[in-house]
Formats: sequence, C-alpha cells, structure tokens
Amino acid sequence: MNGIANISRRDFLKTGALIGGGLVLGVSLPSSALSAKKGAKAESASLNAFVRVGADDTVTIIVNHSEMGQGVYTSLPMLVNEELEADWAKVRFEAAPVDPAYNHTVFGSQTTGGSSSVWSEYDRLRQMGAAARMMLIAAAAKQWKVDPGSCRVENGKVISSSGKSLTYGKLAKKAAAMQVPKDVKLKDPSQYTIIGKPMHRLDTPEKVNGAAKFGIDVLLPGMLTAVIARPPIFGAKVSSLKDEKAKAAAGVKAVAQVPSGVAVVAKDFWSAVKGRELLEIVWDEGPLATLSTPGLRKQYSDLASTPGLTAKKEGDVDSAMGKAAQRISAEYEVPYLAHATMEPMNCTVDLKKDSCDIWTGTQMQTGDRKAAADAAGLKPEQVRIHTMYLGGGFGRRANPANDFVKEAVHVAMAAKAPVKVIWTREDDTRGGYYRPMWYDRIAAGLDEQGNPVAWKHTIVGQSILVGTPFERMMVKDGIDGTSIEGAADLPYAVPNVLVDLHSPKTGVPVLWWRSVGHSHTGFVVETFLDDLAHVAGRDPYEYRKRLLEGNSRHLGVLNLVAEKAGWGGPLPSGRGRGIAVHASFGSYIAQVAEVSVNPSGAIRVHKVVCAVDCGKYVNPEIIRAQMESGIVFGLSAALHSAITFKDGRVEQSNFYDYQILRLMEMPEVEVHIVESTEKSGGIGEPGVPPIAPAVANAVFALTGKRIRKLPMTPEVVMSAQKA
Amino acid sequence: MINLNINGKTYQVDASPDTPLLWVIREHMKLTGTKYGCGVAMCGACTVHIEGEATRSCQVPVKDAVGKKIMTIEAVGTTQAGRAVQEAWVAEDVPQCGYCQSGHIMAAAALLSANPKPSEGDIDSAMNGNLCRCGTYQRIRRAVHRAADMLAKGGRP
Repeated sequence: MNGIANISRRDFLKTGALIGGGLVLGVSLPSSALSAKKGAKAESASLNAFVRVGADDTVTIIVNHSEMGQGVYTSLPMLVNEELEADWAKVRFEAAPVDPAYNHTVFGSQTTGGSSSVWSEYDRLRQMGAAARMMLIAAAAKQWKVDPGSCRVENGKVISSSGKSLTYGKLAKKAAAMQVPKDVKLKDPSQYTIIGKPMHRLDTPEKVNGAAKFGIDVLLPGMLTAVIARPPIFGAKVSSLKDEKAKAAAGVKAVAQVPSGVAVVAKDFWSAVKGRELLEIVWDEGPLATLSTPGLRKQYSDLASTPGLTAKKEGDVDSAMGKAAQRISAEYEVPYLAHATMEPMNCTVDLKKDSCDIWTGTQMQTGDRKAAADAAGLKPEQVRIHTMYLGGGFGRRANPANDFVKEAVHVAMAAKAPVKVIWTREDDTRGGYYRPMWYDRIAAGLDEQGNPVAWKHTIVGQSILVGTPFERMMVKDGIDGTSIEGAADLPYAVPNVLVDLHSPKTGVPVLWWRSVGHSHTGFVVETFLDDLAHVAGRDPYEYRKRLLEGNSRHLGVLNLVAEKAGWGGPLPSGRGRGIAVHASFGSYIAQVAEVSVNPSGAIRVHKVVCAVDCGKYVNPEIIRAQMESGIVFGLSAALHSAITFKDGRVEQSNFYDYQILRLMEMPEVEVHIVESTEKSGGIGEPGVPPIAPAVANAVFALTGKRIRKLPMTPEVVMSAQKA
Repeated sequence: MINLNINGKTYQVDASPDTPLLWVIREHMKLTGTKYGCGVAMCGACTVHIEGEATRSCQVPVKDAVGKKIMTIEAVGTTQAGRAVQEAWVAEDVPQCGYCQSGHIMAAAALLSANPKPSEGDIDSAMNGNLCRCGTYQRIRRAVHRAADMLAKGGRP
C-alpha cells in the first residue's frame, strides 16, 4: 500500500531502466546475510540472499519490501515457498538490510511502493525458492550417492527414490556449499499448492500481543528522545531563538537548531514535549505567509480556464465540440490530504564516528541511507538501516526528500547520543508532504444519440516528481505522469480527446498518497461520465458498458460488480446506488456503493460491492483485505478529510479536525475476485480511486445532486445543485 | 518515585507526576505494545485496562494511576476474554499494519468481559473511539462476534 507512482513495467522496459529483473541467483550474498544473526538460536546457512535455513529446520525468508499492512511478509514468503516447499509452519520472515541484492527488480533501489511488491518479485522469489530447493536436493543426493533427479522434496524434507529422507535443517550447511544452479525450472501453475491459497498472515500473531516492533518502539541503552519545533509556515526560518527556559526544564538535555527547525532533546518524550513548549522562537515567515486555500482555489480556477501543456491529444476536440448536439462542462476541486498514518513519523539514530545505525519504518531504504550518509558525512556503506514494521505508509514513508530520516541524523549529531525523534500527531498532520490539491475543468460534447464525441479535461495541481530523482524518468516534456494518470488514459471510446495540465508551484510540500494521481482523476472522470449518462438519458452502467467495448478487463469487473450488486434491482427506500470503474497499477476495479443521505446532508454508505481483476494473484485473503482497506481509505477522503491553509498555516492538527472513517460508519464490504491468468497487477492502491465517485454517483441517483468537491461533508451536500 | 501495578507486578518509576501513563508504560516499563497515536483520546491506540475498564492511557497522568490495577496488551492474553479476542483476531486476519490493533484488542476485551454477547450497537459504542487507518473495521466486527462465540463455548475456538 503504498504510493510510489504508477511506474508501469512497459515504461521501464521502454526506457531501458529495467535493473536486476533477470535471473540473479548467482548474486553475491550481502555480507550481513553471511554473518551469523545475533541472537539466533540455532546455526543456520544462507542458500541465497533470500533464503536461510536453520539447523532447527526453520526457514527464514529475507523480505526486501517493507511490511506496512499490505501483507508482504506473507505474500512474498509464499512466492519463495511455492518452489522451496519448506514446512510452512516453520517459515519465518526477516526484513532485508540495505544491499543491492535487495533492490526492487524494476525501480533499481530498495523501495516499496507503486503497488508493485508482488508483481515485481513474482519471478525472482520463485527462482530463489527453486534454486535453494535444488541445492538442498544436491546436498542430499551427494550424501546418498544418488542422482539428484531421483530425489524429490516435500514439506521441508528431501526424499530419495528408496524412501530415505533428510530435513532441510540437517542439509542446510552442506547445501550452502553446493553450486548455485545456473538455471531453474519453475512449476507449472497447475501444480501450485500455495500461490492462490488464502494463507493466514504470518505477522498476525505478534500483532495481537504487543510484540510487533514498529519504529517508534525502538529503545536503545542511553537513548534520548527529541521533538522538533518546525516552522508554522512552510519555508519559514528561525529569526531569533530564546531557549534558556527550555534548556533549564526538567529532563531536557539539549536544544539545537537543525535544518528543519529547533530540536529539543530530552530524557523522555514528555520532557521533550514540555521543553518544546518553553521555546521562544520568532520566525521569519517567508513568502508563504499569505497562503490560503481560497487564494489557491482562485489561482487554480483561473488557470483551469487557460490552455495547459498538452498531455494527450486525439482528433480535433474544438471542432467536435462545435458540432456536438449537447455540451456539458463542470469544475471539480479536491483538497490537500495528509497520509495520517496511525504511527506518526519517527526515526531512531545511533551515530558513531564511522558508522550510523538507523531504525525506522521506511518505504525507501536506499534513498534514505544515502541521505543519512550525506548528512552525517559518511559513506552509504557505513550506514545501516534496520527496517521496522511500518504503522502505515500510504506513500508518506517513501519520501524522495528523505525528510524524517535526514532530520533525525541532524538531531543525532547535536545530541551526541542515540536519539529517537518522534513527531507528535500535530507535527505529523502539519508536517506537509501532502496529496496535492487539484482543480479540474472538464467538458464534453455528445452527439444526437448521447454518445460522447469530444472530451476536454484540464488538470491543475502541483507536480509531485519535479525536483526529485524520479523527475528524469517520469516527467516528460514538463508533464508529470502522476498528475495525469487515470485521465490521459481514458478508457472510454471518445474520438476527440484533449487532456492538458498546469503544474503551479505553491511551496507546499507534496507527495504520493495511496493511489497518487488516480486518487483525484478517478473521482473526476467517473462522476463526469455519470453526468454524461444522465444527459444522454441512459443507465450509468449500460452507458459505461457500451463505451468500454473492447476493454475486456474493465468490462469484466464492471459486469461482475453490476451482477453481484443487483444493479437495477430493488433498493430499500431512501437508498441510492452508484457505480464506478477505474484501472490503476495494472489492476481493474469496479465498485457499487449503496448510500442514504439524512436531512442535514450527512452521507451514510451502507454497502460497497467491489469486483477486482488483478491478474494472477498470490493470496486472495490479502486481496480482499486490501480492497476493504482501499475502500475505507478512500471513504475517509470522500467524506471527511481535508488539509486547508489560512495565513500560511495548516488549519488542521489532529484527528478531531482531520477526520478519518470510524467503525460506526463502516459499510458492509463484499469483494469478488476475477480469476485470471493475466500478469499480476497491484493491490495496495487500486481499491481507492473508485469509491469516491461510486458514492457521489449514488448520492446523485438518490437526490439528483451532483457533487464535484471533496470531501462530501454535509455542507457540501446541502449546497450542491440539482442537475 | 511512583509505584505502579502493571500486569500484576509492582514497579517503581522515576517520572514526573504529570507524565501521561502511556509514556511511562512505553518508555519506563518498556512495554511498547501500547501505542501513541494522537495524545488527545481521539484514536484509542493507547487503550489499556485500569481496574478492568478500557482507558485512554494518554489522558491519565501517572500520579492518578497509583494504587490501581493496570493491564496492557502484553498481559491481556492471560484473561479469558483477552485470549479469545486475540485468537479471534488471528482467525479473522484482522491486522494489517497492526499499529492500532493493541488498542482495538484492549477495547474488545473490556467490552466482552462486561458484555459477553454484544450487539452491533454495543460494538459500535464500545469501539467507535478506536481508529484504524488501514480500514480493518469489518474484520474487527467479525472478530468480536467470533470471540463472543468462543467465550460462550467456554473460551474454546
């Protein structure tokens, strides 16, 4: 779950950026994998960078993607073990250290995002499992002096044709000395015993008894805790600082200016927070002191009525629009959004003269390590990142600016002791790196039969990637691919299309937020399409179906969701149904939402039926969980959340004014998975985009009010116009 | 020095009396299963039991916890309701990132101790204060019902 932009495999192959996607069985083991694991109970041997077998028959799978809820500590070991065939009850997992061996097979650095963990490891990890299996077989065959081809494996044992058997644990050491196979034969999918099965998650037991360690849980001997007074306005600088009172406060050990603000280092969290309250800082407020949401809205809506950079052009929109029998247009607005991970940002650093150990939940180990090394004046190889459980990521913990890691290294330099920097919830909410605010102007022309003949979509919003290392690959001719995804790839049959883009710079730090550009384009495109159906006097499902002819995967989920939701069938009185379909990250999702609206405009979502086609899948239970998760994440944004600015300051601070969905509001969610042999797509993010439009379309069906602004608060619903 | 009774043991801690119990549990007792999420009783991640009641430990100054029986996620499995809840959570694959789940489990265990057969409305009112950003609410509901069924059968799955 996620967030790195939707970098498609095709794009990478085209740009020649595919790195390490081939067979890498011969890759040298990272030094950390060879050294005995501290505290390991039994002797163990590494068979390759991803498989370590213990003398006690446990098999540890080294996982190079961060576990942030999306289930990689289960789905990735499943891929390995499909070929390795260890006893699943003895399979363990461990977070990988930073090493090129663990780079993302496509992105070329150790990174978790873009809903890519399973598809990017689908081949490599099965190969790793198969190679390890062959080495275990080779070791047994050598001992028995038989042909390896006469041996087989089963549940953690190698078995000979005469019925002799040895467990993997007994063979581990010898197997590690066997030659690494040059090439491996993988199972035919018809023989799979693990892939495709609803295996229970391996990380659940320690997540129900308090044992799971997140970054914020790291405790080191002699460790201090720091909080930072960050500028109240993005870009503001310390003009003057009086810190005598803070320094004199109980438990405070140091106060130091760091690039991101003023750090208060103390013996514990509470002393640091109390100390921070005593700082007297005058800020040079800088150029953003007058930033306001109404001001941005005005600027964006003005831009939206001027031509932007052309992102997609097909046919002649102006001419087709001129000849259209009917024309409609609309403007949309969605706000900045915070990721609001339940675990606020934090990072623990133990900095020594020639080494630096970092414990944190990160989605971007390679980049964070480089940034930490640069900040500390060390080489990247001198920095170790210990990836902890992430208490939610959603893209926030994959920051090309490496903010929370770099900052903690600066604090450690000042603290001269191991230190944990903790962001309070208020710090986290106001700390930036938001999903950008977006403003869209969209117009369409319909022919006499109500079919769209022209589609013009102008998008206004900040680029996430300009100025980051991703710019080179993903910003082309000034167009950030993440700004237009889900819009420029309009799946509907419209002969004349123009999508253009304005990317204003506002100074507000922005970042990918679960489903990235799709989080807004899905809403705009799918509600506007619903408008067209209405103007054409057609059923929204039938209208989509007709315009999606030839797009079999879109159609597959659309038809499935309509069938499962009983589209067109009776509803309890006071309820409306809405439908939406959207493809992202290589997967196709359709959702039907059933809603009611109370007299004061509050929307209640009663039920969501979801159909998903993510190609070949590994764990259907995780697919279902990720659909439920994406729907809740999307509903929070659809109904409640917004970051707004006044006098340059973020107006929200905590869960009382940055609200997310609560249990009482949870709809019944039903997920249907399409059986498919297509390439695997992503699963962490694609569940998000369709839910806001499905709800807005349901509100329209029920009330005739078309909502074009998120979140759909009661005020927005009450002020929406009937179409 | 402040004396605290946590998970059946007595501890002496050197913390200022206004320190929230949450931070004493996490930093002084090193029981990190209880989580910080908001600091203002809006998310429930810090839920512990004080005298058996689900309580937001971020709102309790440590001095007010003196002389009371405090239980955290690390020990809730020693109670019948707590164990049933944990087993139900595993069976329903509830946790995703898992950060908020200690708080949810503590809330559910307190609910079931007081009300072994809760209705949907009972679950709503007992658990609505616990936030989950990963959106595990549907599974939480199912797991609470499953735990209730287990308790009705004497605590067996």
